[in-house]
Amino acid sequence: MIKTITKIKPQSPACGLCCTKLEHFGVNRGKTEILKDVNLHIHCGELTALIGPNGAGKTTLLKAILNEIPHSGELKFLDAKDCRTGHPLVGYVPQRLDFDAGSPTSVLDLFVASISNMPAWWLANRRLREKVRGSLARAQAEHLLDRRLGDLSGGELQRVLLALALEPIPDLLLMDEPVSGVDQRGMELFYRMVSNLRQQYDLSIILVSHDLTLVARYADRIVFLNQTVLSSGTPQQVFTDEKVVQTFGRIPLIDMNHC
Amino acid sequence: MEIWYSLVNHLLPFEWSQHIFMKNALLAVLLVSPLFGILGTLVVNNRMAFFSDTIGHSSLTGIAIGIIFGLSDPLWAMVIFSILLAVTISMVKNSVKASTDTIIGVFSATAVALGIVILSRGGGFAKYSNFLIGDLLSITARDVTMLALLLVAIIALWILMFNKLLLVSVNPTLALSRGIQVRWLDTFFCVVMAIIVTVSIQWLGILIINSLLVLPAAAARNISRNMFQYHLYSISIIFIAGLAGLICSYYWGTATGATIVLFAALLYSGTLLTKFRLN
Repeated sequence: MIKTITKIKPQSPACGLCCTKLEHFGVNRGKTEILKDVNLHIHCGELTALIGPNGAGKTTLLKAILNEIPHSGELKFLDAKDCRTGHPLVGYVPQRLDFDAGSPTSVLDLFVASISNMPAWWLANRRLREKVRGSLARAQAEHLLDRRLGDLSGGELQRVLLALALEPIPDLLLMDEPVSGVDQRGMELFYRMVSNLRQQYDLSIILVSHDLTLVARYADRIVFLNQTVLSSGTPQQVFTDEKVVQTFGRIPLIDMNHC
Repeated sequence: MEIWYSLVNHLLPFEWSQHIFMKNALLAVLLVSPLFGILGTLVVNNRMAFFSDTIGHSSLTGIAIGIIFGLSDPLWAMVIFSILLAVTISMVKNSVKASTDTIIGVFSATAVALGIVILSRGGGFAKYSNFLIGDLLSITARDVTMLALLLVAIIALWILMFNKLLLVSVNPTLALSRGIQVRWLDTFFCVVMAIIVTVSIQWLGILIINSLLVLPAAAARNISRNMFQYHLYSISIIFIAGLAGLICSYYWGTATGATIVLFAALLYSGTLLTKFRLN
Protein backbone atom coordinates (compact mmCIF):
# COMPACT_ATOMS: atom_id res chain seq x y z
CA MET A 1 0.00 0.00 0.00
CA ILE A 2 2.79 2.40 0.87
CA LYS A 3 4.45 1.88 -2.48
CA THR A 4 1.63 3.52 -4.41
CA ILE A 5 2.54 6.81 -2.83
CA THR A 6 6.08 6.90 -4.14
CA LYS A 7 4.78 6.88 -7.70
CA ILE A 8 3.32 10.34 -7.31
CA LYS A 9 5.66 12.92 -8.72
CA PRO A 10 7.21 15.06 -6.01
CA GLN A 11 6.44 18.74 -6.47
CA SER A 12 9.72 20.12 -5.20
CA PRO A 13 13.10 18.55 -4.64
CA ALA A 14 14.25 18.28 -1.07
CA CYS A 15 16.17 21.39 -0.12
CA GLY A 16 16.65 21.28 3.59
CA LEU A 17 17.35 24.98 3.58
CA CYS A 18 13.90 26.40 3.89
CA CYS A 19 12.59 26.71 7.37
CA THR A 20 9.78 27.95 9.54
CA LYS A 21 10.57 29.88 12.67
CA LEU A 22 8.38 30.66 15.61
CA GLU A 23 9.80 33.52 17.61
CA HIS A 24 8.66 34.42 21.10
CA PHE A 25 5.16 33.01 20.75
CA GLY A 26 2.92 33.80 23.69
CA VAL A 27 -0.80 33.32 24.31
CA ASN A 28 -2.86 34.74 27.13
CA ARG A 29 -6.44 33.85 27.79
CA GLY A 30 -7.88 36.28 30.27
CA LYS A 31 -5.28 36.55 32.99
CA THR A 32 -3.91 33.06 32.48
CA GLU A 33 -0.70 32.72 30.58
CA ILE A 34 -1.13 29.61 28.42
CA LEU A 35 2.05 29.91 26.39
CA LYS A 36 5.06 32.14 26.89
CA ASP A 37 8.18 32.72 24.84
CA VAL A 38 7.91 29.66 22.62
CA ASN A 39 10.76 29.50 20.10
CA LEU A 40 10.82 26.81 17.44
CA HIS A 41 12.91 26.30 14.36
CA ILE A 42 11.52 23.76 11.92
CA HIS A 43 13.35 22.60 8.82
CA CYS A 44 11.65 21.37 5.71
CA GLY A 45 11.35 17.64 5.45
CA GLU A 46 11.39 17.31 9.21
CA LEU A 47 8.75 15.83 11.42
CA THR A 48 8.65 17.72 14.67
CA ALA A 49 6.55 16.17 17.40
CA LEU A 50 5.04 18.29 20.16
CA ILE A 51 4.64 16.40 23.39
CA GLY A 52 3.65 17.52 26.84
CA PRO A 53 1.18 16.86 29.65
CA ASN A 54 -2.53 17.63 29.26
CA GLY A 55 -3.19 21.36 29.29
CA ALA A 56 0.39 22.15 28.31
CA GLY A 57 -0.86 24.32 25.45
CA LYS A 58 -0.07 22.03 22.52
CA THR A 59 -3.36 22.51 20.69
CA THR A 60 -3.30 26.19 21.66
CA LEU A 61 0.06 26.56 19.93
CA LEU A 62 -1.35 25.09 16.72
CA LYS A 63 -4.33 27.42 16.88
CA ALA A 64 -2.04 30.37 17.48
CA ILE A 65 0.01 29.44 14.40
CA LEU A 66 -3.26 29.31 12.46
CA ASN A 67 -4.14 32.75 13.84
CA GLU A 68 -7.38 31.45 15.31
CA ILE A 69 -6.45 32.86 18.69
CA PRO A 70 -4.54 36.08 19.23
CA HIS A 71 -0.89 35.67 20.14
CA SER A 72 2.29 37.63 20.57
CA GLY A 73 5.49 36.80 18.75
CA GLU A 74 6.15 36.10 15.10
CA LEU A 75 5.90 33.31 12.58
CA LYS A 76 8.59 33.51 9.92
CA PHE A 77 8.96 31.43 6.83
CA LEU A 78 11.95 31.22 4.52
CA ASP A 79 11.74 29.46 1.20
CA ALA A 80 14.97 27.92 -0.06
CA LYS A 81 14.33 28.53 -3.75
CA ASP A 82 13.21 32.11 -4.08
CA CYS A 83 13.83 33.27 -0.55
CA ARG A 84 10.15 33.98 -0.25
CA THR A 85 9.45 35.12 3.22
CA GLY A 86 6.25 35.83 5.00
CA HIS A 87 3.40 33.64 6.07
CA PRO A 88 3.72 30.02 4.97
CA LEU A 89 0.89 28.11 3.38
CA VAL A 90 -0.37 26.08 6.29
CA GLY A 91 -2.22 22.76 6.11
CA TYR A 92 -4.14 21.66 9.16
CA VAL A 93 -5.35 18.25 10.28
CA PRO A 94 -7.73 18.74 13.21
CA GLN A 95 -7.83 16.36 16.15
CA ARG A 96 -11.46 15.58 15.54
CA LEU A 97 -14.35 17.15 13.75
CA ASP A 98 -17.04 18.46 16.04
CA PHE A 99 -19.61 17.96 13.36
CA ASP A 100 -22.96 16.31 13.51
CA ALA A 101 -22.48 12.66 12.52
CA GLY A 102 -25.89 12.76 10.82
CA SER A 103 -24.85 15.50 8.44
CA PRO A 104 -25.20 14.45 4.79
CA THR A 105 -21.73 15.67 3.85
CA SER A 106 -19.76 13.24 1.72
CA VAL A 107 -15.97 13.20 1.46
CA LEU A 108 -16.37 14.54 -2.06
CA ASP A 109 -18.53 17.42 -0.76
CA LEU A 110 -15.87 18.32 1.77
CA PHE A 111 -13.15 18.42 -0.88
CA VAL A 112 -15.23 20.28 -3.45
CA ALA A 113 -16.11 22.87 -0.80
CA SER A 114 -12.44 23.27 0.06
CA ILE A 115 -10.66 23.30 -3.26
CA SER A 116 -13.12 24.33 -5.93
CA ASN A 117 -15.36 27.22 -6.84
CA MET A 118 -18.11 24.85 -7.89
CA PRO A 119 -20.75 24.91 -5.16
CA ALA A 120 -20.71 21.61 -3.25
CA TRP A 121 -24.49 21.25 -3.52
CA TRP A 122 -24.26 20.82 -7.25
CA LEU A 123 -23.18 17.55 -8.90
CA ALA A 124 -19.42 17.46 -9.32
CA ASN A 125 -18.29 16.83 -12.90
CA ARG A 126 -15.99 13.98 -13.83
CA ARG A 127 -12.85 16.10 -13.91
CA LEU A 128 -13.43 17.40 -10.40
CA ARG A 129 -14.19 13.91 -9.12
CA GLU A 130 -10.94 12.60 -10.56
CA LYS A 131 -9.00 15.48 -9.10
CA VAL A 132 -10.42 14.78 -5.65
CA ARG A 133 -9.74 11.07 -6.08
CA GLY A 134 -6.12 11.95 -6.87
CA SER A 135 -5.86 14.10 -3.75
CA LEU A 136 -7.32 11.33 -1.62
CA ALA A 137 -4.83 8.85 -3.08
CA ARG A 138 -2.00 10.72 -1.35
CA ALA A 139 -3.35 9.41 1.94
CA GLN A 140 -4.62 6.09 0.58
CA ALA A 141 -8.20 7.18 0.97
CA GLU A 142 -9.47 7.23 -2.63
CA HIS A 143 -12.02 4.50 -1.93
CA LEU A 144 -13.75 6.80 0.59
CA LEU A 145 -14.77 9.36 -2.07
CA ASP A 146 -18.53 8.89 -1.81
CA ARG A 147 -18.80 7.95 1.85
CA ARG A 148 -20.54 10.20 4.33
CA LEU A 149 -18.16 11.87 6.81
CA GLY A 150 -20.27 10.55 9.66
CA ASP A 151 -19.83 6.95 8.45
CA LEU A 152 -16.02 7.03 8.50
CA SER A 153 -14.01 5.34 11.23
CA GLY A 154 -11.52 7.39 13.24
CA GLY A 155 -8.59 6.23 11.14
CA GLU A 156 -10.40 6.79 7.84
CA LEU A 157 -11.44 10.29 8.84
CA GLN A 158 -7.87 11.08 9.83
CA ARG A 159 -6.61 9.98 6.40
CA VAL A 160 -9.27 12.05 4.64
CA LEU A 161 -8.34 15.10 6.69
CA LEU A 162 -4.66 14.53 5.95
CA ALA A 163 -5.41 14.33 2.22
CA LEU A 164 -7.40 17.55 2.51
CA ALA A 165 -4.54 19.33 4.30
CA LEU A 166 -2.22 18.27 1.44
CA GLU A 167 -4.40 19.96 -1.18
CA PRO A 168 -2.68 22.21 -2.09
CA ILE A 169 0.70 20.97 -0.81
CA PRO A 170 1.41 23.27 2.13
CA ASP A 171 4.73 24.64 3.36
CA LEU A 172 3.88 23.75 6.90
CA LEU A 173 1.60 20.93 7.98
CA LEU A 174 0.02 21.08 11.42
CA MET A 175 -1.44 17.87 12.80
CA ASP A 176 -3.35 17.35 15.97
CA GLU A 177 -3.37 13.64 16.59
CA PRO A 178 -6.60 12.11 17.84
CA VAL A 179 -6.46 10.90 21.45
CA SER A 180 -8.74 7.98 20.79
CA GLY A 181 -10.68 6.29 18.03
CA VAL A 182 -7.73 4.97 16.02
CA ASP A 183 -6.29 1.55 16.77
CA GLN A 184 -2.59 0.82 17.17
CA ARG A 185 -2.17 -0.64 13.70
CA GLY A 186 -3.93 2.35 12.17
CA MET A 187 -1.66 4.73 14.04
CA GLU A 188 1.43 2.87 12.91
CA LEU A 189 0.23 3.04 9.31
CA PHE A 190 -0.55 6.72 9.67
CA TYR A 191 2.89 7.54 11.02
CA ARG A 192 4.55 5.62 8.20
CA MET A 193 2.46 7.48 5.67
CA VAL A 194 3.20 10.90 7.18
CA SER A 195 6.88 10.01 7.31
CA ASN A 196 6.83 9.19 3.60
CA LEU A 197 4.90 12.30 2.65
CA ARG A 198 7.35 14.46 4.54
CA GLN A 199 10.24 13.23 2.41
CA GLN A 200 8.28 13.27 -0.81
CA TYR A 201 6.92 16.80 -0.60
CA ASP A 202 9.61 18.25 1.61
CA LEU A 203 7.06 19.23 4.21
CA SER A 204 7.67 20.80 7.55
CA ILE A 205 5.40 18.99 9.92
CA ILE A 206 4.40 19.87 13.45
CA LEU A 207 2.57 16.96 15.03
CA VAL A 208 0.86 17.10 18.40
CA SER A 209 1.23 13.58 19.62
CA HIS A 210 0.11 11.43 22.49
CA ASP A 211 1.81 8.23 21.44
CA LEU A 212 5.37 8.55 22.67
CA THR A 213 6.55 5.15 21.42
CA LEU A 214 5.55 5.98 17.86
CA VAL A 215 6.96 9.47 18.15
CA ALA A 216 10.26 8.03 19.32
CA ARG A 217 10.44 6.00 16.15
CA TYR A 218 9.19 8.40 13.52
CA ALA A 219 9.89 11.98 14.62
CA ASP A 220 13.08 13.79 13.61
CA ARG A 221 12.82 16.24 16.43
CA ILE A 222 10.81 16.31 19.59
CA VAL A 223 9.70 19.38 21.47
CA PHE A 224 8.59 18.96 25.06
CA LEU A 225 6.14 21.74 25.76
CA ASN A 226 4.62 22.91 29.00
CA GLN A 227 3.75 26.60 28.75
CA THR A 228 7.09 27.04 27.04
CA VAL A 229 9.67 24.81 25.37
CA LEU A 230 11.26 22.83 28.20
CA SER A 231 13.31 20.49 26.08
CA SER A 232 13.89 19.91 22.39
CA GLY A 233 16.13 17.85 20.19
CA THR A 234 16.32 14.36 18.73
CA PRO A 235 14.15 11.68 20.34
CA GLN A 236 17.26 10.32 22.04
CA GLN A 237 18.10 13.68 23.59
CA VAL A 238 14.60 14.55 24.68
CA PHE A 239 13.60 11.19 26.08
CA THR A 240 16.66 11.05 28.28
CA ASP A 241 16.05 14.58 29.58
CA GLU A 242 15.29 14.57 33.32
CA LYS A 243 12.22 16.84 32.96
CA VAL A 244 10.69 14.59 30.35
CA VAL A 245 11.41 11.43 32.31
CA GLN A 246 9.71 13.00 35.35
CA THR A 247 6.54 13.63 33.37
CA PHE A 248 6.31 10.53 31.22
CA GLY A 249 8.66 7.99 32.73
CA ARG A 250 11.25 6.19 30.60
CA ILE A 251 10.33 5.74 26.96
CA PRO A 252 11.82 2.62 25.39
CA LEU A 253 13.94 3.72 22.44
CA ILE A 254 14.10 0.43 20.63
CA ASP A 255 14.38 1.20 16.98
CA MET A 256 15.80 4.54 15.96
CA ASN A 257 15.84 3.82 12.22
CA HIS A 258 13.06 5.43 10.24
CA CYS A 259 11.40 3.35 7.64
CA MET B 1 -48.68 38.20 -13.25
CA GLU B 2 -51.24 37.99 -16.07
CA ILE B 3 -49.15 35.31 -17.75
CA TRP B 4 -49.12 33.33 -14.51
CA TYR B 5 -52.89 33.62 -14.08
CA SER B 6 -53.64 32.36 -17.60
CA LEU B 7 -51.04 29.64 -17.16
CA VAL B 8 -52.79 28.41 -14.02
CA ASN B 9 -56.16 28.57 -15.78
CA HIS B 10 -54.83 26.36 -18.53
CA LEU B 11 -52.86 23.88 -16.49
CA LEU B 12 -54.95 23.64 -13.34
CA PRO B 13 -58.64 23.77 -14.19
CA PHE B 14 -59.77 23.04 -10.61
CA GLU B 15 -62.17 24.82 -8.35
CA TRP B 16 -59.53 26.00 -5.87
CA SER B 17 -57.29 27.45 -8.53
CA GLN B 18 -59.98 29.78 -9.90
CA HIS B 19 -59.48 32.43 -7.21
CA ILE B 20 -56.88 35.12 -7.66
CA PHE B 21 -55.69 34.78 -4.04
CA MET B 22 -55.14 31.06 -4.54
CA LYS B 23 -53.17 31.73 -7.71
CA ASN B 24 -51.00 34.20 -5.80
CA ALA B 25 -50.60 31.79 -2.92
CA LEU B 26 -49.64 28.99 -5.30
CA LEU B 27 -46.95 31.18 -6.80
CA ALA B 28 -45.80 32.06 -3.29
CA VAL B 29 -45.53 28.37 -2.41
CA LEU B 30 -43.47 27.81 -5.57
CA LEU B 31 -41.10 30.57 -4.44
CA VAL B 32 -41.04 29.81 -0.73
CA SER B 33 -40.26 26.12 -1.29
CA PRO B 34 -36.81 26.54 -2.78
CA LEU B 35 -36.10 29.53 -0.55
CA PHE B 36 -36.75 27.71 2.71
CA GLY B 37 -35.62 24.35 1.39
CA ILE B 38 -32.21 25.78 0.54
CA LEU B 39 -31.78 27.95 3.62
CA GLY B 40 -32.95 25.14 5.89
CA THR B 41 -30.11 22.81 4.83
CA LEU B 42 -27.51 24.98 6.52
CA VAL B 43 -29.75 26.01 9.40
CA VAL B 44 -30.03 22.34 10.35
CA ASN B 45 -26.39 21.57 9.56
CA ASN B 46 -25.12 24.47 11.65
CA ARG B 47 -27.57 23.68 14.45
CA MET B 48 -29.11 27.10 14.16
CA ALA B 49 -32.74 26.06 14.63
CA PHE B 50 -32.93 27.82 17.96
CA PHE B 51 -31.35 30.92 16.50
CA SER B 52 -33.85 31.19 13.66
CA ASP B 53 -36.63 30.60 16.16
CA THR B 54 -35.38 33.54 18.20
CA ILE B 55 -35.23 35.77 15.13
CA GLY B 56 -38.83 34.81 14.36
CA HIS B 57 -40.04 35.60 17.84
CA SER B 58 -38.09 38.81 18.09
CA SER B 59 -39.99 40.26 15.18
CA LEU B 60 -42.72 40.94 17.71
CA THR B 61 -40.35 43.48 19.20
CA GLY B 62 -39.64 44.82 15.72
CA ILE B 63 -43.38 45.35 15.17
CA ALA B 64 -43.64 47.07 18.55
CA ILE B 65 -40.75 49.40 17.77
CA GLY B 66 -42.26 50.18 14.37
CA ILE B 67 -45.51 51.15 16.08
CA ILE B 68 -43.74 53.37 18.61
CA PHE B 69 -42.16 55.27 15.74
CA GLY B 70 -45.55 55.45 14.06
CA LEU B 71 -44.73 53.48 10.93
CA SER B 72 -47.72 52.22 8.97
CA ASP B 73 -45.81 49.18 7.71
CA PRO B 74 -43.63 47.79 10.51
CA LEU B 75 -41.59 45.63 8.08
CA TRP B 76 -38.56 47.93 8.03
CA ALA B 77 -38.46 48.21 11.80
CA MET B 78 -38.73 44.41 12.00
CA VAL B 79 -35.90 43.84 9.54
CA ILE B 80 -33.59 46.38 11.16
CA PHE B 81 -34.28 45.04 14.64
CA SER B 82 -33.69 41.44 13.57
CA ILE B 83 -30.40 42.38 11.89
CA LEU B 84 -29.26 44.13 15.06
CA LEU B 85 -30.24 41.12 17.11
CA ALA B 86 -28.49 38.70 14.73
CA VAL B 87 -25.26 40.70 14.80
CA THR B 88 -25.37 41.00 18.58
CA ILE B 89 -26.01 37.30 19.15
CA SER B 90 -23.30 36.33 16.69
CA MET B 91 -20.78 38.66 18.35
CA VAL B 92 -21.61 37.69 21.92
CA LYS B 93 -21.56 34.01 20.95
CA ASN B 94 -18.02 34.36 19.56
CA SER B 95 -16.58 36.25 22.50
CA VAL B 96 -18.26 34.79 25.57
CA LYS B 97 -17.55 31.30 26.77
CA ALA B 98 -21.14 30.40 27.61
CA SER B 99 -23.06 27.82 25.63
CA THR B 100 -24.67 29.17 22.49
CA ASP B 101 -28.04 27.83 23.62
CA THR B 102 -27.91 29.88 26.80
CA ILE B 103 -26.92 33.08 25.05
CA ILE B 104 -29.63 32.76 22.41
CA GLY B 105 -32.15 31.81 25.10
CA VAL B 106 -31.36 34.97 27.04
CA PHE B 107 -31.74 37.20 23.99
CA SER B 108 -34.87 35.40 22.86
CA ALA B 109 -36.64 35.77 26.19
CA THR B 110 -35.72 39.43 26.48
CA ALA B 111 -36.78 40.34 22.96
CA VAL B 112 -40.11 38.54 23.16
CA ALA B 113 -40.94 39.99 26.57
CA LEU B 114 -40.11 43.49 25.37
CA GLY B 115 -42.30 43.06 22.31
CA ILE B 116 -45.26 41.74 24.29
CA VAL B 117 -44.99 44.49 26.90
CA ILE B 118 -45.08 47.22 24.27
CA LEU B 119 -47.79 45.64 22.11
CA SER B 120 -50.07 44.71 25.02
CA ARG B 121 -50.05 48.28 26.32
CA GLY B 122 -53.67 49.36 26.19
CA GLY B 123 -54.87 45.82 25.49
CA GLY B 124 -54.49 45.93 21.71
CA PHE B 125 -52.59 42.71 21.25
CA ALA B 126 -55.26 40.87 19.24
CA LYS B 127 -54.81 42.92 16.09
CA TYR B 128 -51.28 41.61 15.67
CA SER B 129 -52.32 37.98 15.63
CA ASN B 130 -51.78 38.13 11.87
CA PHE B 131 -48.07 38.04 12.56
CA LEU B 132 -48.42 35.08 14.90
CA ILE B 133 -50.20 32.76 12.49
CA GLY B 134 -49.38 34.45 9.21
CA ASP B 135 -51.62 34.64 6.19
CA LEU B 136 -50.32 33.13 3.00
CA LEU B 137 -53.63 33.80 1.25
CA SER B 138 -53.29 37.55 1.76
CA ILE B 139 -50.20 37.64 -0.40
CA THR B 140 -50.24 40.31 -3.11
CA ALA B 141 -48.48 40.63 -6.44
CA ARG B 142 -46.00 43.03 -4.83
CA ASP B 143 -45.21 40.51 -2.09
CA VAL B 144 -44.64 37.83 -4.70
CA THR B 145 -42.07 40.05 -6.42
CA MET B 146 -40.34 40.50 -3.09
CA LEU B 147 -40.25 36.74 -2.51
CA ALA B 148 -38.80 36.25 -5.99
CA LEU B 149 -36.05 38.77 -5.19
CA LEU B 150 -35.24 36.95 -1.95
CA LEU B 151 -35.04 33.68 -3.85
CA VAL B 152 -32.65 35.14 -6.42
CA ALA B 153 -30.53 36.55 -3.60
CA ILE B 154 -30.32 33.23 -1.76
CA ILE B 155 -29.42 31.32 -4.92
CA ALA B 156 -26.65 33.83 -5.66
CA LEU B 157 -25.44 33.49 -2.09
CA TRP B 158 -25.48 29.71 -2.37
CA ILE B 159 -23.47 29.77 -5.58
CA LEU B 160 -20.88 32.19 -4.24
CA MET B 161 -20.55 31.28 -0.59
CA PHE B 162 -22.00 27.85 0.11
CA ASN B 163 -18.61 26.12 0.06
CA LYS B 164 -17.24 28.41 2.73
CA LEU B 165 -20.35 28.12 4.87
CA LEU B 166 -20.19 24.33 4.62
CA LEU B 167 -16.54 24.22 5.67
CA VAL B 168 -17.22 26.42 8.66
CA SER B 169 -20.03 24.08 9.67
CA VAL B 170 -17.70 21.08 9.43
CA ASN B 171 -14.87 22.60 11.45
CA PRO B 172 -14.17 26.30 12.09
CA THR B 173 -10.43 25.83 12.65
CA LEU B 174 -10.14 23.82 9.46
CA ALA B 175 -12.01 26.57 7.62
CA LEU B 176 -9.68 29.15 9.12
CA SER B 177 -6.63 27.22 7.98
CA ARG B 178 -8.01 27.49 4.45
CA GLY B 179 -8.22 31.25 4.66
CA ILE B 180 -11.90 31.67 5.47
CA GLN B 181 -12.91 34.58 7.68
CA VAL B 182 -14.94 32.42 10.02
CA ARG B 183 -16.40 35.03 12.36
CA TRP B 184 -17.30 37.46 9.65
CA LEU B 185 -18.96 34.70 7.67
CA ASP B 186 -20.93 33.50 10.69
CA THR B 187 -22.26 36.99 11.35
CA PHE B 188 -23.07 37.46 7.70
CA PHE B 189 -25.05 34.23 7.52
CA CYS B 190 -26.94 35.12 10.71
CA VAL B 191 -27.91 38.46 9.13
CA VAL B 192 -29.06 36.84 5.88
CA MET B 193 -31.18 34.41 7.84
CA ALA B 194 -32.62 37.21 9.97
CA ILE B 195 -33.68 39.15 6.88
CA ILE B 196 -35.33 36.18 5.16
CA VAL B 197 -37.12 34.95 8.27
CA THR B 198 -38.37 38.42 9.15
CA VAL B 199 -39.61 39.29 5.69
CA SER B 200 -41.43 35.96 5.38
CA ILE B 201 -43.14 36.26 8.75
CA GLN B 202 -46.16 38.19 7.54
CA TRP B 203 -47.16 35.30 5.29
CA LEU B 204 -46.05 32.32 7.34
CA GLY B 205 -46.37 33.54 10.92
CA ILE B 206 -44.03 33.68 13.89
CA LEU B 207 -45.30 30.47 15.41
CA ILE B 208 -44.65 28.20 12.46
CA ILE B 209 -41.97 29.81 10.35
CA ASN B 210 -39.23 27.89 12.09
CA SER B 211 -40.88 24.54 11.43
CA LEU B 212 -40.89 25.34 7.74
CA LEU B 213 -37.20 26.11 7.90
CA VAL B 214 -36.23 23.06 9.92
CA LEU B 215 -38.65 20.25 8.98
CA PRO B 216 -37.86 19.84 5.26
CA ALA B 217 -34.10 19.88 5.82
CA ALA B 218 -34.38 17.57 8.83
CA ALA B 219 -36.45 15.16 6.76
CA ALA B 220 -34.02 15.36 3.83
CA ARG B 221 -31.11 14.61 6.15
CA ASN B 222 -32.63 11.27 7.04
CA ILE B 223 -32.48 10.06 3.46
CA SER B 224 -29.53 11.84 1.83
CA ARG B 225 -25.91 10.85 1.57
CA ASN B 226 -24.44 13.99 0.06
CA MET B 227 -25.09 17.69 -0.39
CA PHE B 228 -26.76 17.37 -3.78
CA GLN B 229 -29.34 14.89 -2.48
CA TYR B 230 -29.75 16.97 0.68
CA HIS B 231 -30.78 20.04 -1.30
CA LEU B 232 -32.85 18.11 -3.82
CA TYR B 233 -34.87 16.28 -1.15
CA SER B 234 -35.22 19.31 1.08
CA ILE B 235 -36.70 21.40 -1.73
CA SER B 236 -38.92 18.54 -2.95
CA ILE B 237 -40.29 17.86 0.52
CA ILE B 238 -41.23 21.45 1.26
CA PHE B 239 -42.69 21.75 -2.24
CA ILE B 240 -44.92 18.69 -1.82
CA ALA B 241 -45.94 19.78 1.67
CA GLY B 242 -46.58 23.32 0.42
CA LEU B 243 -48.79 22.20 -2.43
CA ALA B 244 -50.72 19.66 -0.35
CA GLY B 245 -51.08 22.12 2.53
CA LEU B 246 -52.33 24.92 0.30
CA ILE B 247 -54.99 22.80 -1.41
CA CYS B 248 -56.18 21.06 1.76
CA SER B 249 -56.35 24.27 3.76
CA TYR B 250 -58.65 25.67 1.04
CA TYR B 251 -61.09 22.78 1.38
CA TRP B 252 -60.79 22.43 5.16
CA GLY B 253 -60.88 26.18 5.83
CA THR B 254 -57.75 26.01 7.98
CA ALA B 255 -54.71 28.29 8.32
CA THR B 256 -52.50 27.62 5.28
CA GLY B 257 -49.08 27.89 6.93
CA ALA B 258 -49.95 25.50 9.74
CA THR B 259 -51.47 22.99 7.32
CA ILE B 260 -48.27 23.05 5.27
CA VAL B 261 -46.23 22.41 8.42
CA LEU B 262 -48.41 19.41 9.28
CA PHE B 263 -47.75 17.89 5.88
CA ALA B 264 -44.04 18.55 6.27
CA ALA B 265 -44.14 16.83 9.66
CA LEU B 266 -45.89 13.88 8.06
CA LEU B 267 -43.15 13.61 5.44
CA TYR B 268 -40.56 13.91 8.18
CA SER B 269 -42.00 10.92 10.01
CA GLY B 270 -41.94 9.03 6.72
CA THR B 271 -38.21 9.63 6.26
CA LEU B 272 -37.63 8.74 9.90
CA LEU B 273 -39.24 5.34 9.27
CA THR B 274 -36.88 4.59 6.37
CA LYS B 275 -34.02 5.38 8.71
CA PHE B 276 -35.23 2.81 11.24
CA ARG B 277 -35.58 0.21 8.56
CA LEU B 278 -32.07 0.84 7.23
CA ASN B 279 -30.45 0.41 10.61
